Amino acid sequence: MESYHLKRIDFIFKNENDWKDVLSRALASDKQLILNELMESELKGRGGAGFPTGLKWKLTADEKSDEKHIICNADEGEPGTFKDREILTQVPFKVLVGMAICGYVIGALKGFIYLRGEYTFLMPELEKAIKEFEYYCKEINFKFSIKIFLGSGAYICGEETALFESMEGKRGEPRNKPPFPTKNGYLGKPTVVNNVETLAHTYTIFKYGAKQFYDLGVQYSRGTKLFSVSGDTPKAGIYELELGMTLEQFVDDFGDGDTKAVQVGGASGFLVPRKLFSQTIIGFKGKLEGHSLPTGGSMMLFNSSRSMFNVLSNYLYFFHEESCGQCTPCRVGCQVLLNGINEVKKGERSTLYLDKLLQLTETMKQTAKCGLGQSVANSFSSIVENFKEEMIY
Amino acid sequence: MDNISTTIKTLVKKHGKKRESLLPVLQGIIKQENFLSEYAMVLVATELDISAAEVYGTASFYSFMNHKKGGKYIIRICKTITCSMKGKIQVLQAIEDMLKIKVGDTTPDGLFTLLETNCLGWCHKAPAMLINDEVYTSLTPERVREILSEYLTKNK
Ligand SMILES: Cc1cc2nc3c(=O)[nH]c(=O)nc-3n(C[C@H](O)[C@H](O)[C@H](O)COP(=O)(O)O)c2cc1C
Ligand code: SF4
Repeated sequence: MESYHLKRIDFIFKNENDWKDVLSRALASDKQLILNELMESELKGRGGAGFPTGLKWKLTADEKSDEKHIICNADEGEPGTFKDREILTQVPFKVLVGMAICGYVIGALKGFIYLRGEYTFLMPELEKAIKEFEYYCKEINFKFSIKIFLGSGAYICGEETALFESMEGKRGEPRNKPPFPTKNGYLGKPTVVNNVETLAHTYTIFKYGAKQFYDLGVQYSRGTKLFSVSGDTPKAGIYELELGMTLEQFVDDFGDGDTKAVQVGGASGFLVPRKLFSQTIIGFKGKLEGHSLPTGGSMMLFNSSRSMFNVLSNYLYFFHEESCGQCTPCRVGCQVLLNGINEVKKGERSTLYLDKLLQLTETMKQTAKCGLGQSVANSFSSIVENFKEEMIY
Repeated sequence: MDNISTTIKTLVKKHGKKRESLLPVLQGIIKQENFLSEYAMVLVATELDISAAEVYGTASFYSFMNHKKGGKYIIRICKTITCSMKGKIQVLQAIEDMLKIKVGDTTPDGLFTLLETNCLGWCHKAPAMLINDEVYTSLTPERVREILSEYLTKNK
């Protein structure tokens, strides 16, 4: 028997065959009440950035426009994340109904699922589900359609404005913000972009009420979250857990007894060394004690046999390849960082050069145009500062 | 009319003659031809009434839109950290040895192209690879040899 200390929760994957009732009930409800419920739940976006979902829907609902859109972000490209695919495979109707409820509340007639090209194999089943769903919408006279838009192997298209560009038939290059998508999104129209998991949560929150969700988790980080657990762990897989646990609790359950560090939030997240496990809280930033780390749910465990140099160089290579190349700090910065750590490792540069590179990541954080370039600093500084000797020897 | 122009006309008809259709149209071509020739891109530009440079500029952004004629089967092996930790190197070696090609190459019979790609989203069942749209996980050198043998037998 495997033993767990953390409470296991089953909202997302729980099999529920009443999606038609849930949808009908939503469409008969007052829009403002749905928004209130969502805001009371304090659900925050599960795609990584953690923007309050109720507020996002409200801002879009408040916009006056002849056309609005709801887009489900299923680009899931962050290294170490694989939960969205599982949601779309196991409980697609929760996501579709979540999109429909959003469409109803904000006034969008069209929904899109931006599905990464790597998940093309999901198409037949997902299309079947959409067909059944649209058939029911017709039956109850609800005008709403959902289309799948396939990506083509570009991580940056998960960034919401790059995603719009891609759907508009262009290179997936992020736009300047503002204007924000809630005002000016796909085809220049007010658009809600939500992560797959966020939408699945809206289904449960609507069905069971805000309280069930709100009662889990901690202040500023309410509810549950899916975690994609991989690396040196005997329990690799997808787990729904309450937000607000410490990394120590997590490692007690999922580690292999020799966990040296955990990368929280994928390549764009932070590496936490063992000495900081107990003071690191998994959740959104708030006035919590200790250091809270938000995450799209990627948890990669590394044991003492792993070289942190290899980990960092793998991430930097990833960023270097996936940078859209639009702005200089990120395009050139990623290359300089990658070459830089290799030069230090080979002894071609002094170890002081690492400090220069750290400064460079700080500059990237300030000046890069989008989240990709801005977040390279996260893994870089947390790995270099905590495992300096591994960078050198 | 040649094959490819018929394909493109059908795709444009299906998706609509607008800029938003560009990616679906290009994806449709790749599905059939396994790559995007210059000729095809020029035809798409004409059909959608945009410049060929726009089509090329867009297509070249996406890593799955290969412009070089590749094999019938494109193998994309994940090179992200977890797959590397779980034996991707040995799996890659087994593929290279069996097909006698390196990453980036296509077998002389035009059957396989071998590529590396970023996280495929199967870290809990690493190492993973795609062959066209098909996913293979928890790979070992033995397992990958079996898989490739099946493809070879299928194409005898
Ligand atoms: C480089 C980059 C990649 C991203 N990739 C994804 C992704 O694959 N899936 C996702 O849901 N959000 C991704 N995001 C976040 C989106 O921009 C957006 O914040 C999110 O989809 C909003 O949904 P949520 O509020 O429900 O989380 C990415 C952001 C950046 C900067
Ligand atoms: S930060 Fe990087 S990915 Fe983002 S816009 Fe600039 S170059 Fe593109």
